[in-house]
Amino acid sequence: MAITREEVWRVAALARLRLAPEEAERLAGDLDHILEAFARLSALDTRAVEPTAHVEDFGALLRPDSVENPPAGDEPLTNAPARDGRFFRVPKILE
Amino acid sequence: MTALHELSLREAAARVRRRETSSVELVRAALARIAAVEPAVGAFLTVTEAEALAAAEAIDRRVAAGEDPGPLGGVPVGIKDMICTAGIRTTAGSRILERFVPSYDATVTARLKRAGAVVVGKLNCDEFAMGSSTENSALGTTRNPWDGSRVPGGSSGGSGAAVAAGECHAALGTDTGGSVRLPAAFCGVVGLKPTYGRVSRYGVIAYASSLDQVGPLARDVADAALVLEAIAGHDAADSTASPRPVPSYSAVLEQGVRGLRLGLPREYFVEGMQPEVEAGVRAAVRELERLGAVVEPVSLPHTEYAIATYYLIATAEASSNLARYDGIRYGLRIPADSLGAMYETSRAAGFGTEVKRRIMLGTYALSAGYYDAYYLKAQQVRTLIRRDFEQAFQHCEALVTPVAPTTAFRLGEKVADPLTMYLSDIFTISVNLAGLPGLVVPCGFDTAGLPIGLQVIGRPFDEETVLRLGAAYERATEWHRRRPGI
Repeated sequence: MAITREEVWRVAALARLRLAPEEAERLAGDLDHILEAFARLSALDTRAVEPTAHVEDFGALLRPDSVENPPAGDEPLTNAPARDGRFFRVPKILE
Repeated sequence: MTALHELSLREAAARVRRRETSSVELVRAALARIAAVEPAVGAFLTVTEAEALAAAEAIDRRVAAGEDPGPLGGVPVGIKDMICTAGIRTTAGSRILERFVPSYDATVTARLKRAGAVVVGKLNCDEFAMGSSTENSALGTTRNPWDGSRVPGGSSGGSGAAVAAGECHAALGTDTGGSVRLPAAFCGVVGLKPTYGRVSRYGVIAYASSLDQVGPLARDVADAALVLEAIAGHDAADSTASPRPVPSYSAVLEQGVRGLRLGLPREYFVEGMQPEVEAGVRAAVRELERLGAVVEPVSLPHTEYAIATYYLIATAEASSNLARYDGIRYGLRIPADSLGAMYETSRAAGFGTEVKRRIMLGTYALSAGYYDAYYLKAQQVRTLIRRDFEQAFQHCEALVTPVAPTTAFRLGEKVADPLTMYLSDIFTISVNLAGLPGLVVPCGFDTAGLPIGLQVIGRPFDEETVLRLGAAYERATEWHRRRPGI
């Protein structure tokens, strides 16, 4: 057993996902099954191997920090789930 | 006479340029074809009829005024719904973005338009490009045009199906672990995943940022080359887009393959493969030999670790990328009393089963106590997989392999077992981990009449060689000319 039900709840909280009990149950089984199959990686000796985070072959590309876009106006708010004038509406974050 | 919707992209663009056919006629033909076959195929999530006709009229006016409408001038294309289109909803196949309308074009969208292409609609895909069959789309079912009981492959299934069914002359897909190449193989069309960094991802909804790449699906290699020329190259808005100059891919297609050294990785011909797939690929390899290529066996010894490596790295990156869907500034919001509850309920309602599974797997692999064993380990094995390719490419210019162990499987066949579905990617994911270009060309059919694909893998930024190989193979064979009877 690679992953317990308690761990599924812990990870769901970290990922900001509210799971139904039967969903958590199913995910525990799925993840366990998947991680068991992936355990084969541990058989490889990688102590002397550098990790690869990305495969770009060029360094950081820099450009002048100049303003390219005109002010966006109302645009960023057009997809807002809830708004109040020029603001995004959200539930109270401070009690 | 060939119907307008069946023309190659090149031929359609040439006719517009010569004023033999108007862009409006091409767009009307595509829209008529879409109306006729969509009930059976379901490739599109959005058809942009009014916008397409307006764009076509503008192209026709430019042609009438004696202007060059561009290399793709006036030709109908489709775009995977992972790629932003200004003013046209872009959903990623997800409930959480079902009503999202971007205010800007992705760089690839803007470049297609600049080259004269006319966007006729947005194409279905697995939710957030996570899947191998397009069955994970929350917004619709796409069927394989060769057999409606089969999947089109994924995650760019709508792109593959639409091009195969004649609904557009080419399409854009995204490929994180095989998502352009698998649908190309399953639908019998050409698909290219360019080298990591060859094409800008600005405005492309992120799944796994160290692997994601945009690529064309088309009906032949020359059309795919033309689309790549239009979209490739540096972009000030994406620092991962390489500053290397973009060669003229179309210019090398006639060069032939004589003397090219091709590697045949022994790990890509495995027990349990559908025998007809192996036979089709081996016959294609013999054909390339007959054309003058020199084929030799090579080994990619870490292939058996690729699935685990990919699904740990991709899910880790996905868990981070998808953290942005919080119901605050855009996307689905389920109202709740507190901010935390709103995040959790919005994400629970907006994401589908596979997306949640991958977010969970990735969050777990990155979490305290597991990072070294899973995520770091996977990054180290990624290095070993890259080295396998570097060694193989010391002896040869390209590798030839199958695309998938089987032809298109049945709808519903693999949805219950995520691991079985993941195994569909076994021959495509290493290419993403190593950041290489991979081309798929049709190379036969099985006894059920389903297409078989050949994959050609190249050195980094050597799209020219893989396209040259694909074009030479096409000139010698007829597979790419077959169309589904839909």
